[in-house]
Amino acid sequence: MANEFFPLFYTFHFYLFGLVALVGAIVFITRKSPVAAALWLVVVMAALAALYVLLGAEFVGMMQILVYAGAIMVVFLFVVMLLNLGHPSELNDIRGKWGRLAAGLIGLALVAELMALSRSAVTLSVTLPARPPADVIASPGGVIGSIADPLFNEYLLAFELTSILLLVAIIGAVVLAKKRSA
Amino acid sequence: MLAESLALSAALFTIGVIGVLTRRNAIIVFMCVELMLNAVNLSFVALSRVYGATGQVFVIFVMTVAAAEAAVGLAIIISIFRHKKSVNLEDINLLRG
Repeated sequence: MANEFFPLFYTFHFYLFGLVALVGAIVFITRKSPVAAALWLVVVMAALAALYVLLGAEFVGMMQILVYAGAIMVVFLFVVMLLNLGHPSELNDIRGKWGRLAAGLIGLALVAELMALSRSAVTLSVTLPARPPADVIASPGGVIGSIADPLFNEYLLAFELTSILLLVAIIGAVVLAKKRSA
Repeated sequence: MLAESLALSAALFTIGVIGVLTRRNAIIVFMCVELMLNAVNLSFVALSRVYGATGQVFVIFVMTVAAAEAAVGLAIIISIFRHKKSVNLEDINLLRG
């Protein structure tokens, strides 16, 4: 892996993409226009995909680009276009001073809680290993094989249920969004 | 890098929560929920590096559920827009006493 041979290069890019994700997320929730917000969310997702690749999950990184940044965000932009949102009267949807203050306080409490939790649940002695875990190395199919093996053996039932969930979602979306002719 | 990944995940999740609490546009609130799902995925991927590839399997599941949720949620938003001519959450108050 890259971090064995170029530790400085690896660390620099890890922090770079982490910073891009963080700044992109903050810009994303402060944009007035839904289209600008959606495009900033694509930036965050692309940065997260880069972080996945750096963390050794290349397949998940590609899925992130294809499914999230490619498919899901296009659906969001399509709905924004379909409903013709973005009129000046609709744009200023950010809550007032007290709402923002309350949200900021709740956010501070939450981030403190999550940090404390991750520090206590994952002991500091556990650090990111330089090599992928043993099951990834041992898998004959490489990175994809190491995901496919538990997906189609241990979690086969969950995988099949996921297909039913998608079918239900497709039918539900069609029924909900269909124009009532009556 | 593990502690940094988990901290970034916590920060992104919190930004998503703040977005949900401060915005009134239903579509932007929905995108903030997607951001929260992404933050959780980052935790899964970072921990899968330590504990084995099963974490990445769960990321695949989360992505599937997010896709299904986006389809149904946006259909609901379209349906509400037909009724109310608005996606502002303050206008959706039929259940208010």
